[in-house]
Amino acid sequence: MTLTITNIKRVGSDKTESVTIENGLIKGWNLPAEGQTIDGQGGTLAPALIELHAHLREPGQTEKEDLASGLAAAAAGGYGTVVCMPNTRPVIDDPALVRSLIEKADGLGFARLKPAAAVTRGEKGEHLTEMSYLKDAGAVMFTDDGLTNENARVLRLGMEYARSLNMVISVHAEDDALRAGGVMNEGAVSEELGLPGNPAAAAAARVARDMEIVALTGARLHVQHLSTARELDIVRDAKRRGLPVTCEVCPHHLDLTDESLRTFDAMYKVAPPLRTRQDADYLLEGLLDGSVDCIATDHAPHTRAEKERDLLEAPSGIAYIEIAFPIMWTRFGERLGLEKLLDLMTAGPARVMGWPLPSLEAGSPADVVVLDLDTEREVNPAEFRSKAKFTPWQGQMLKGWPLLTVVNGRVAYRREP
Amino acid sequence: MTAGPRPRHLLDFQDWTPERLNALLDNAETMLQVLDRPVKKVPALQGLTVCTAFFENSTRTRTSFELAARRMSADVVSFAAGSSSVSKGESLRDTIEVLTAYKVDAYVVRHHAAGAAHLVAKYSGKPVINAGDGRRAHPTQALLDAFTVRQEYGDLSGKKVTIIGDVRHSRVARSNAELLPKLGAEVVLCGPATLLPEGLAALPGVTLTTDPRQAVKGAHAVMALRLQQERMNGGYLASLQEYADTYQVNEGLMQHAESGAIVLHPGPMNRDLEISSEAADGPRSRILKQVENGQAVRMSVLYHLLVGRDQA
Repeated sequence: MTLTITNIKRVGSDKTESVTIENGLIKGWNLPAEGQTIDGQGGTLAPALIELHAHLREPGQTEKEDLASGLAAAAAGGYGTVVCMPNTRPVIDDPALVRSLIEKADGLGFARLKPAAAVTRGEKGEHLTEMSYLKDAGAVMFTDDGLTNENARVLRLGMEYARSLNMVISVHAEDDALRAGGVMNEGAVSEELGLPGNPAAAAAARVARDMEIVALTGARLHVQHLSTARELDIVRDAKRRGLPVTCEVCPHHLDLTDESLRTFDAMYKVAPPLRTRQDADYLLEGLLDGSVDCIATDHAPHTRAEKERDLLEAPSGIAYIEIAFPIMWTRFGERLGLEKLLDLMTAGPARVMGWPLPSLEAGSPADVVVLDLDTEREVNPAEFRSKAKFTPWQGQMLKGWPLLTVVNGRVAYRREP
Repeated sequence: MTAGPRPRHLLDFQDWTPERLNALLDNAETMLQVLDRPVKKVPALQGLTVCTAFFENSTRTRTSFELAARRMSADVVSFAAGSSSVSKGESLRDTIEVLTAYKVDAYVVRHHAAGAAHLVAKYSGKPVINAGDGRRAHPTQALLDAFTVRQEYGDLSGKKVTIIGDVRHSRVARSNAELLPKLGAEVVLCGPATLLPEGLAALPGVTLTTDPRQAVKGAHAVMALRLQQERMNGGYLASLQEYADTYQVNEGLMQHAESGAIVLHPGPMNRDLEISSEAADGPRSRILKQVENGQAVRMSVLYHLLVGRDQA
């Protein structure tokens, strides 16, 4: 199968070019058009985005999301690859389940699925999963995300085992006892609103503990969704010590703060919670100076009814994989610059995982996205492919919308004109 | 000076100007007179239906609201959701939409979650009075406290009100800390450090101290908060005995307040825990006065929110 995308630009260039894709690879630039031809409308061609942290809810919670809706949403957001989290029902801790999810996703033709599997069976924090079988089945990462690795010894053992398999473990780093059921950031706002607070120290204390386990084991650890300044300082310190640590930051922790909870809308309930403006600004500095390795969204869909519950009862999570790039480009594009932003959403995640770096050169895998960096569009969640058709960014004007996403040489998403 | 636009709800005091609040308290004086008449009823809310939607139990507050609404000639329907309906999975939104379809004109809401009253306002589109949402707010309690202090001193301006106890979990403390400074009073919040969140010091006109004697110094009114005995299990307190020895509102502590200072309690009391029986029943006590005033204040709030307003 051959595909030519015309009328596109490369990052940092004003030249209008075309790229030809054949058999899942980039065949070359500015060749005579052949096969299907798609007008790139003057958009910018970049490697397709890579998401290291999404909850696709299959199996078992498909009222919230499933592979089809979640991977279609990812493709619409410009993502070519999605690592899904294993806190499903049942938990992804079984090689057969990993295989069946990959097979099903491959048949859908949206973004490519690379499942993360649990560190412990059932994410119960007790017995390790069969990591070697899971790796053979296609699992790319181990994590008990959704839960918090309360037993440090079990995490240590998991990291030692993962190290022998050359695999990354990622952690949702919050001390569960210290967060004490808090539903928002602990501080003046939570006290004024009378909502149980979750202190920044719960995250920082857990990251500090985990850095010591990295030092103990020498294993690769990826810290998910930093939300506080202190966590970043601790990770920076670990990197200075030469520890094999990486970390991610989510757009919602950059663009939203605990002030949002004044609406008492559980749409803003997320774990770890939205923090202060100072934290958000500090994390943005971390993106700029390279101490944050990548951007991930922690796409965590729930049903509207669940998110319309009160703040104590509603589940945590915000889902916005379809607009993650437009949010980042619109809000932080000037500060970060296009090249840096794309790096944080493409090569950055690849480096975390030890994957080949995405490239647009001939012979590279044809996972690409065409981005319209200029046209502002209103966010209309009714159009979302995700089942979670609501978002904190509803009605906002964003730019940077994907026009076309190609995964493995095939069109996975094309924006309706 | 302008009173500002008339608020549609009483969820907290965010949208309420001091002028509006004073008008509301003035009107409560009139309502108090109504309650002294042989026939304690006025036709102000005739034809309107008020729903008391209590997702958390509170017989006293509900009775006070229901009597207040009935004395204003409103029809009252009460919805009591035990914790069972939560486990049955009906969402707050579904519950409120069903009640609204019954043509309810206004809601009085009690809920265990902060912000629930705001959600009822959003989902119903009707005027909502917050009768207590989690730790967040209990505005009519604060209004009746303000009214009771005002009754004593004529004015709240320059008065000092000290609130002692489990501030962390108290919507009464939060609402008073929000309201009283708007009316010119100074608020001191006092309790053991584990139950006194520092974040509250950010509120204007509010100071925090763990020292009860320092807290009551110069106080015109001292309020003891109810101590939920399960706080022991949450690890907040070492023992009830230690708590009572340090923080109980009793005559010994009141000796350090302004002479003639009054004693308040939002009820229900744990006698001889957070408040001594002597203080609760003695000449300083205005605790039963608070209860009486509560009904008048709630009548005034209903009047303020519902009379002369397009109900559509």
